[in-house]
Amino acid sequence: MINLKINTDLTRKILIGFIKSEITRVGFSRAVINISGGIDSALSCVLAAEALGPENVLALKLPYSTSSPESLEHAQMVIYQFNIKSETVDITDMVDPVLHQDLKMSKVRKGNVMARSRMIILYDRSEAFGALAVGTSNKTEILLGYSTLWGDSAAAINPIGDLYKTQVRQLARAMGIPNEIIDKPPSADLWSGQTDEDELGFTYEQADKLLYLLVDQRYSPEECLEAGFDKNFIHKVITRIRKTQFKRMLPPIAKLSNRTVGYDFLYLRDWGS
Amino acid sequence: MIDGKIQIAMKLTLAIAQINTVLGDVEANLDMHLGLIAEAKKGDAELIIFPELSLTGYVLQDLVPTVAQQPTDDDPVFKQLLKASRDMDLVVGFVEEDSRHRFYIAAAYLSGGKVMHVHHKVYLPTYGLFDEGRFFAWGDHIRAFDTRFGRIGLLICEDFWHASPPYLQWLDGADIFLFTSASPGRGLNEHEKLDTARWVERVNQTYASIFTNFVVHANRVGYEDGLNFWGGSTVYDPNGELLAKGPYHEAALTFATLDLNQLHRTRARLPLLRDERTHLVQSELNRILSK
Repeated sequence: MINLKINTDLTRKILIGFIKSEITRVGFSRAVINISGGIDSALSCVLAAEALGPENVLALKLPYSTSSPESLEHAQMVIYQFNIKSETVDITDMVDPVLHQDLKMSKVRKGNVMARSRMIILYDRSEAFGALAVGTSNKTEILLGYSTLWGDSAAAINPIGDLYKTQVRQLARAMGIPNEIIDKPPSADLWSGQTDEDELGFTYEQADKLLYLLVDQRYSPEECLEAGFDKNFIHKVITRIRKTQFKRMLPPIAKLSNRTVGYDFLYLRDWGS
Repeated sequence: MIDGKIQIAMKLTLAIAQINTVLGDVEANLDMHLGLIAEAKKGDAELIIFPELSLTGYVLQDLVPTVAQQPTDDDPVFKQLLKASRDMDLVVGFVEEDSRHRFYIAAAYLSGGKVMHVHHKVYLPTYGLFDEGRFFAWGDHIRAFDTRFGRIGLLICEDFWHASPPYLQWLDGADIFLFTSASPGRGLNEHEKLDTARWVERVNQTYASIFTNFVVHANRVGYEDGLNFWGGSTVYDPNGELLAKGPYHEAALTFATLDLNQLHRTRARLPLLRDERTHLVQSELNRILSK
């Protein structure tokens, strides 16, 4: 049975505790987050604000010249409603010189430049604000590899990375994030009219159900077929997961010595704290 | 002592120290232990139970050899714990390094300045998120032991996910089970508790019911990287009734008073221990194992 319902009170408690613990134990008390106007970053922001106090969260609005004005308005709604600190940095002046180097640059390349420019601002402000960068990638995106490596995937901690998109929606609703943000089509807003679901070729709701069977319930592809999923869809999703494994790990180090980082030098990040 | 026998108390007030730990910092954790022992004393506790690996933290990996102790009077950490045990019995979780430098996940019962018992974890989960078998040696004893409160069975986390260790300790005379855990929470769904919490509580209540024993479970709280430890420590009586419970996900010192005469009353009504056919178990086990 596929049941992606979550107890939002319990989820909220665990995630708020996680943010608080993982930021304060390493000597910080603040968080910085890129807020796009979408549901994922809104949720990360609101969780961080509840964990650390809104005065300790800096939400960065980082529009590019083609970004939808609606995205900025939605980001502002969250900032206003939850009384979170914010700063706006237009990344057009950072991005355009790179884009102008190759007038034939593909949409994907342009999108990557924007995502990585936002990462630069995020980490710069994390130093300036004395904060850790909180990530905004959900489990669906992470498994499908739908992100820019070292771009929107870059963060110090990620509170929502084990929640599927449909679960993010449940928690966002429970935390009072405006319905306009929850109900609009998800978009990376890297070009006008872009939506995640058009680009992926399937809806998050379909993907979440299949991923739940494949990943959480350890179903084989044949069992997913029996459960009623389309053969091509199953193949597409499994291929995406396999081909994007590199995005879910640090670069492998060529082992030479007896003790090598990543293989047999094993400590948690929380070592000593 | 009366006529050379241990005089058993009729009541036992215990405290479960549902703590968070500092990963790999034994000194900081020892201080926390000593503080909580003092607090438990104020609440008239006669026994305090700390969770699995309470002196070290849980996901130790390559820290294991650097945090190990010997549970003896000349060990600087145990010296202080043994001193504290003159006033109150203690169960503490630690890494033991034996004389041949094998490392065990261990729990010690200290009383009257002495080490009464040390249990080495016999089931090391090495699957899913767990990797204990990579870093630790497997314990090879499952024993009950005598205390001033009666005979006790002490087990660590995965040990009681298997039915045989509690069963063996029950046959070895344990009327009180002390179970310690560092249980990472997992299995989020629409229920108000994580799957792990539901499973562990169901199992502990079942052990209390089918063995007509007291079952005390001390679980830790806090986070280690992305892992959350869910707390929810419990005490069940020999009828399987919940006597006390710690909060979920929050540090707490939870007190419970066990009326040890409940063993008498429950077993007069329900003589499961009397009727247990151990020779039948033995002969069937022999048959099964000789296949």
